[in-house]
Amino acid sequence: MEPTNNMERGPALQASLGRRRKGEITERVAHGLFLAAALVSVATTVGIVLTLFVQSVGFFSEVSPWEFLTGTEWSPILKDENGARHYGVLPLVAGTMLVAVIAAALAIPTGVGIAIFLSEYAPDRVRKVLKPAIEVLAGIPTVVYGYFALTFVTPILRSIFPELIFFNALSAGLVMGLMIVPMISSLSEDAMVAVPRSLRQAAYALGATRFEVALRVVFPAALSGIVASFILAISRAIGETMLVTIAAGATPRMTLNPFESIQTMTAFIVQVSLGEAPRGSLEYNTLFAVGLLLFFMTLVMNVIGSITVRRFRESY
Amino acid sequence: MTTKPETSTATDYVLQARNVAVYYGGFRAVKDIDLDIPRHQITALIGPSGSGKSTLLRCFNRMNDLVTGSSVVGKITFNGADIYDHAVDPTEVRSRIGMVFQKPNPFPKSIFANVAFGLKINGFQGDLQEGVERSLKAAALWDDVKDRLHDSAQKLSGGQQQRLCIARALAVEPEVILMDEPASALDPISTLKIEELMRDLSANYTIVIVTHNMQQAARVSDRTAFMTMDEDRAGYLVEIGPTQEMFTNPRNERTEAYITGRFG
Amino acid sequence: MAFADRDRRFRPKLPRRKRWGTAVYAMLVLSILVGIVGLVTLIAQVVVEGAGWLSFGFITNFPSRFPERAGVWAALWGTVWIMGITFLFAVPVGVGAAVYLEEYAPKNRLTRLIELNIANLAGVPSIVYGLLGLAVFISLLGLGRTLLTGGMTMGLLVMPIVIISSREAIRAVPSTYREAAYGLGATRFQVVIGVVLPQAVPGIMTGTILAMSRAIGEAAPMIAIAALTFVTFAPTGPMDRFTVLPIQIYSWVQDPREGFSGLAAAGIIVLLVVLLSMNAIAILIRNKTQTRSEE
Repeated sequence: MEPTNNMERGPALQASLGRRRKGEITERVAHGLFLAAALVSVATTVGIVLTLFVQSVGFFSEVSPWEFLTGTEWSPILKDENGARHYGVLPLVAGTMLVAVIAAALAIPTGVGIAIFLSEYAPDRVRKVLKPAIEVLAGIPTVVYGYFALTFVTPILRSIFPELIFFNALSAGLVMGLMIVPMISSLSEDAMVAVPRSLRQAAYALGATRFEVALRVVFPAALSGIVASFILAISRAIGETMLVTIAAGATPRMTLNPFESIQTMTAFIVQVSLGEAPRGSLEYNTLFAVGLLLFFMTLVMNVIGSITVRRFRESY
Repeated sequence: MTTKPETSTATDYVLQARNVAVYYGGFRAVKDIDLDIPRHQITALIGPSGSGKSTLLRCFNRMNDLVTGSSVVGKITFNGADIYDHAVDPTEVRSRIGMVFQKPNPFPKSIFANVAFGLKINGFQGDLQEGVERSLKAAALWDDVKDRLHDSAQKLSGGQQQRLCIARALAVEPEVILMDEPASALDPISTLKIEELMRDLSANYTIVIVTHNMQQAARVSDRTAFMTMDEDRAGYLVEIGPTQEMFTNPRNERTEAYITGRFG
Repeated sequence: MAFADRDRRFRPKLPRRKRWGTAVYAMLVLSILVGIVGLVTLIAQVVVEGAGWLSFGFITNFPSRFPERAGVWAALWGTVWIMGITFLFAVPVGVGAAVYLEEYAPKNRLTRLIELNIANLAGVPSIVYGLLGLAVFISLLGLGRTLLTGGMTMGLLVMPIVIISSREAIRAVPSTYREAAYGLGATRFQVVIGVVLPQAVPGIMTGTILAMSRAIGEAAPMIAIAALTFVTFAPTGPMDRFTVLPIQIYSWVQDPREGFSGLAAAGIIVLLVVLLSMNAIAILIRNKTQTRSEE
């Protein structure tokens, strides 16, 4: 490696040759160590991908990927009445999506409403109090949300809908919605704050009222940034584990009925982990097949989300 | 370029300011303004930066209301009616007194949607297509964009964008157009086009323009008002008169000093 | 009036638009309320259910079949150990990576790749890190279901947070400081160690506390690794098995027997108090360094 910095040469010329060489060695070692630290993150990704792929190979040598991806029955641990096990992952995907959709249905309107309020309506003083208060929601551990769903939201829902099963997708989904609200509100607010003031002024100067400026000028101008926040928040909901493990149940089921008990991909992983499955068994390997699918679903959404955010940033 | 002769019957004033001052918090930005804006003429506000030209301009369509902590005292009338009266909605004032800003600020929408925006929110009763077309023609932009009305406005050149902003303001049929250094961000050729457009528009509209560029004021305006600031940094009006007179024979020595380039 | 013609052509319907504006405003306030009421209810529920179970014994006892004798001692120590190992692992590596990206990295493909990679790692579900720890640290390296495995897994999980906030802190150091140091003949390493890092310490510390707060609350990857939820000893070394507060809370939440739900709430109070004090420390650091730099 060549010394890249000319500035360090002047005084170095006066230094003794030995000291100079020692300095160069220090420089190179330091450079190498910092680079190595940066590469740990790359190694992590490589590790994740390799782990999931390699361990899934064991699974897919016994179960065809086609059966895995299109099967509508999931019972890898317990045998059904005919003594057969089923490896169709769709019930887990359906459960995951059901919870995510319920969460989004609550969090998108709420989060966007908060973002518009903070960015277009709230005076500075109010904003300084409300913004951190909302963001506290993002710092609460997910196991706490699980507790809240199970001991508070579910009983209330059951008093409204007596037919509601104790572990259900609705309660978990609603509390998940509360959990991802700050993600949507702060990213959407960032997007709206980035809309130039001159556009607001142009609209006001045409006789627009405040809500017309907010909804017909600022909101559409920030739309790509706002949509990105939806994608990232839903991806978060898909990957969330403890809340759904605690409150949504452990019954893999192909259903769109929010009143039923379901199982998500993440909750299945926890269930098998708690069982201490023997290494190398098919049961153990299902963990990684489901993990692989989960990883790819969230990865695709995160990539789309961050590309959208970047596009949006470039346009202002 | 034709300069309209100063009409002797210029008693028809669209806007009149009496003893106007503007405060931002405790700071007085302009003070003691008495100013009459005659109908269907171009009035230029000139003066060094910080003299409160833009602040004054923004009083006429109550844009200062949007700045928290600002207040306007004194009286401003539009066709004789006090626009700061409690019963008056600033939204209505702004839909009758249009504004064009320093930097072109088209919405990130199509060319068509930019012009249609004001028509829609103000409940335009006519045909939207026709309304957009008429405004674009009035802003001398129709021929440039008629084949790509649904393209993004942000693909237009700076000069075209500014004419689009003028078309957007014209669409809601204002009586007055306030222009805040409308050409300062443009190249000389685009500037010339905007100036020509202003001359054309002055047949039907009253225009008030803030400009740093004295040649521009001289070329384009019928009347010129010169503002500067006091020791307390509050801007005030030094004098106002027919543009030709102001530039050839200013009454006030400060005006003369500014026009001949000795300060500012 | 001169407006007659215009007034025929426009119907602004201002009163109706104002009413719409009020309705929209009401909706926005409602959404704020959903967030705030949700937060307040959650905290109230935890405090109401859990406060009665809080006692000195609750802190110093091990878990028990009898809720009145149960406590968080094992979980508390497990959490302390995990935090320590996570810190020792994530902070040096994370700060090192941040230094590389801000002070050394050339603008090339590898750098772009590393940056993209860090951004995407931040979005990987935490349970996937658990699977990584399970396969690499436990199965491949044979480190067992130990504190070391848990801490390193957690370290990888929070590293993107450390890197991202350290980069911001390093970027905020004025370049004039660097130029001054280079002008005195300092080498790049001397500039980093002597000038950039000391200036960036407060920012790095706030980011680190943020990362630690995330780690303290994570249960999913720890369950994939530790699995066991009934630990009746306080760990004494990095190769011990363990439980952590969130796992302890999870096992109590799951327990349908009378009283355990209250224990879970009490455990949550302990967890939230720890989190709150960490954030208070972060704010304190920020305020202190701000006043110092103004002097």
